[in-house]
Amino acid sequence: MTVQAMVPRMTEICGTGGVVSDPAELRTYECDGLTSHRAAPGLVVLPETAEQVAEIVTECVRAGVPFVARGSGTGLSGGALPRTDGVLIVTSRMRRIVAIDPVSQRAIVEPGVTNLSVSTAARPYGYFYAPDPSSQVICSVGGNVAENSGGAHCLKHGFTVHHVTGLQIVTPEGELAWLGDGTGAAPGYDLVGMFTGSEGTLGIVTKIVVKLTRIPQVITTLLAAFETTGAGGAAVSAIISAGILPAAIEMMDALAIEAAEAAVACNYPAGAGAVLVVELDGPAADVRRDSAAVRALCQEAGCTEIREADDPAERAAIWAGRKSAFAAVGRISPAYLVQDGVVPRTALGEVLDKIAALAAGSGIRVANVFHAGDGNLHPLVLYNDATPGEEARAEEVSGAILDLCIEHGGSITGEHGVGTDKSKYMTRMFTREDLDTMQLLRCAFDPAGLCNPGKIFPTPRLCGEVPGPRRGVHPAVAAGLAEQF
Amino acid sequence: MSPVSVPGSLARACRAVRPGGPRDAVAGLTPPWVASPADVGEASALLAAATEHELAVVPRGSGTSVSWGVPPHRLDLVIDTLRLDRVIEHAAGDLVVRAQAGVTMSQLAGVLAAARQQLALDTPAGSVNGGQASSPTVGGVLATGSAGPRRLRYGTPRDLLIGITVIRPDGTVTKSGGKVVKNVAGYDLGKLYTGSHGTLGLITEAIFRLHPLPAATAFVTAGYADPAAAAQGVAAAAGSDLAPVAIEIDRPARDGLVRVAVLLEGDPGGISERAALMRGVLGAGTATLDTAPPWWGADPGTSGPGIAGREGRTVIQIGFWAAALPGVLHAVDAAGRAAGLDPAVGGSAAAGVLHAAVPGSAAPEDVAGFLAGLRDRLAQDLEPGFAGGEGPPARASAVVLRAPAAVRDLVDMWGPVPALSLMRALKDQFDPGRLMAPGRFAGGI
Repeated sequence: MTVQAMVPRMTEICGTGGVVSDPAELRTYECDGLTSHRAAPGLVVLPETAEQVAEIVTECVRAGVPFVARGSGTGLSGGALPRTDGVLIVTSRMRRIVAIDPVSQRAIVEPGVTNLSVSTAARPYGYFYAPDPSSQVICSVGGNVAENSGGAHCLKHGFTVHHVTGLQIVTPEGELAWLGDGTGAAPGYDLVGMFTGSEGTLGIVTKIVVKLTRIPQVITTLLAAFETTGAGGAAVSAIISAGILPAAIEMMDALAIEAAEAAVACNYPAGAGAVLVVELDGPAADVRRDSAAVRALCQEAGCTEIREADDPAERAAIWAGRKSAFAAVGRISPAYLVQDGVVPRTALGEVLDKIAALAAGSGIRVANVFHAGDGNLHPLVLYNDATPGEEARAEEVSGAILDLCIEHGGSITGEHGVGTDKSKYMTRMFTREDLDTMQLLRCAFDPAGLCNPGKIFPTPRLCGEVPGPRRGVHPAVAAGLAEQF
Repeated sequence: MSPVSVPGSLARACRAVRPGGPRDAVAGLTPPWVASPADVGEASALLAAATEHELAVVPRGSGTSVSWGVPPHRLDLVIDTLRLDRVIEHAAGDLVVRAQAGVTMSQLAGVLAAARQQLALDTPAGSVNGGQASSPTVGGVLATGSAGPRRLRYGTPRDLLIGITVIRPDGTVTKSGGKVVKNVAGYDLGKLYTGSHGTLGLITEAIFRLHPLPAATAFVTAGYADPAAAAQGVAAAAGSDLAPVAIEIDRPARDGLVRVAVLLEGDPGGISERAALMRGVLGAGTATLDTAPPWWGADPGTSGPGIAGREGRTVIQIGFWAAALPGVLHAVDAAGRAAGLDPAVGGSAAAGVLHAAVPGSAAPEDVAGFLAGLRDRLAQDLEPGFAGGEGPPARASAVVLRAPAAVRDLVDMWGPVPALSLMRALKDQFDPGRLMAPGRFAGGI
């Protein structure tokens, strides 16, 4: 059956307003946050209930049609790239916060609920939802589960997988099932942990039990300036080695600072080669002690200026520069590639120097804005796509940065996921046997191979393809709806 | 069947193979052979030989939990990991350690303490088939997913594991994850293997994220005659902004005092002030201690980490949503009364994990009656209208961790398990020959 022939049945399930089949409208779903991969879906459906999702998937299975789930479309690896011959199941109408149980430190939410709105709903009880990807104003919790999203504060508080204790899913065979019981101690295999981060390939999430975290007694943000990224990297290593666990340690280099300054006038120390944003949270005495220790370690590493903010407005001013950085870079370069790699924290200084050398050698500018505390690099490779050959050189630099990460025992992705974009790199990190073993999971859940096919694992079709450019600013950012990391 | 004999195949795979004896029994079943591979190569060859001869295999570390759980349907070979005992790399600056599966938790703690670091799990010693107490291994802690009081702050093994090497039943050596703390490349199979009780493969190596040892600790204790008041104290401590690392309770007998203790960690200069504030949160009759109360992290109703008095006990782990603590205590009481028993109960109240223990002197039928009554009440009585019925259908579980054989024969040790059909599908993929600890796990897996 062709996907168009499914329209009447899908309309029965979702209502006329819940099905999109007009070609022009379908094109608005052709990419997620990674705009270089595009494919208009064969059909879009907008279910409002878990039961509708189950019926949709059942129809797809019956027809042998592939299906892809999509939340807010902020993903950065093409994980929700649609299939032209398939159905795109958009969860944005499933937006209810079903329950908040502050004593159990749990909430139950639907997948289309935005990340930040969970914290907003929990705040009156003294709680927040800890994983905080930069797109948290717009990104969905369902998408966070698919990608095991991180964020600036996952250094201390952990990733999505540490904050999810139960999932209602529609299996790739169309059945509604609960994984886990919300306690975090359910008997049997840890299906919740395994499903989280499986990038939409093992089923579609329809309800999520998340952990809520107590709002800390005190939060303090430090801004430290350094002459070089190497010196900043040394400070990061010193802080971690000293046994201090800040909530976040973020770094920006000169180019990123310049871009942020131009965009939001963040008033970072003039002439800095790098800045660190270090946030400490917890009991007051511990934050005081750690703050003094961080200051001392930054001084030892050659810090030229340090500022401290503990009221919300001052802290927001420090974060404004960091949070604007991705979008700001989009304004100083006609096109850029966002990379997402990880290195051991002790290797930061060395890898940053090598990235600088790569950039100098190729004549391609690289701006560094990243989660330094956990070694998660986000180099932005800038180029002008109007200049012949520059795009190819940028792609070379971007790929070489991933090679550096792998050489240093790191990873090809810390939080953006493999998706469509990086499946071809998987063989550089894992053996064929490793990848075969991972796919046993897939076979257990999705024997027909209809659930978000073509993602994560390299296929002959994808081998040899090169990463695409990202042009300008993501539409959601331009519209003021999101910030990107 | 292969023309080569089983002992010949095993001996070719591994230099240390011997006949099994009573001390090697797995939940009462004695294996014909025990092999102790010296390296991953030998371990892989052993599993390949086991597959060739269709031998049922149970992996074993220190053996502190082999007497737990359900006996395997059959057992031909125990693979002892104790010779895989190397801490391969402690990257102190990165707060990461890579260790072989046979490294004991106490050995690992010693290595890490030299850099003032820790793997933040509480894993008390256990006895091996009634013998001396010994420290569990890294592999055993992962396979059982065990954790203690500090799970409230640091989580369980699955939260601290960042990379794993596992040998599949056919001998294929595979890994997932890596040695960086942040990594989303590929499926995170470590989550699947953690808590899988040896049913999917043999864990040979693990990489963990570490935490600094705390600069100072303090325990704040309280006692409550009324369980409801104790539950209120626990909820108030958990909801405070004083950053409790663990909140434990212990109630040795039904009408006895409920003891509550809260662990604080942090700056030496601030911890006494924080402890004083926590005493205010807990109410009357509180004290601050420098060291843990004797019952901390121990079996309910026992004192200290010793194993005396634990033999023959039935220990049931109850998982629940923390707000249901009063209801869970009530369920234990009601089921205990109905069965004519007075179980001790204790554990990580704020994290939603308690243990109920019944002495070995109890009649097996009464223990079975208590378990059935407890499960019924957990299923029916805990806030039946919660979340308008849209939450998980079961929000509590009762799993028997240890029980004497006479009890084991009467009860369903695991009880109802959500999404069992998906678990069975996984088992079919990873272990199609059903050779890895067959029958030891939930739902007969």
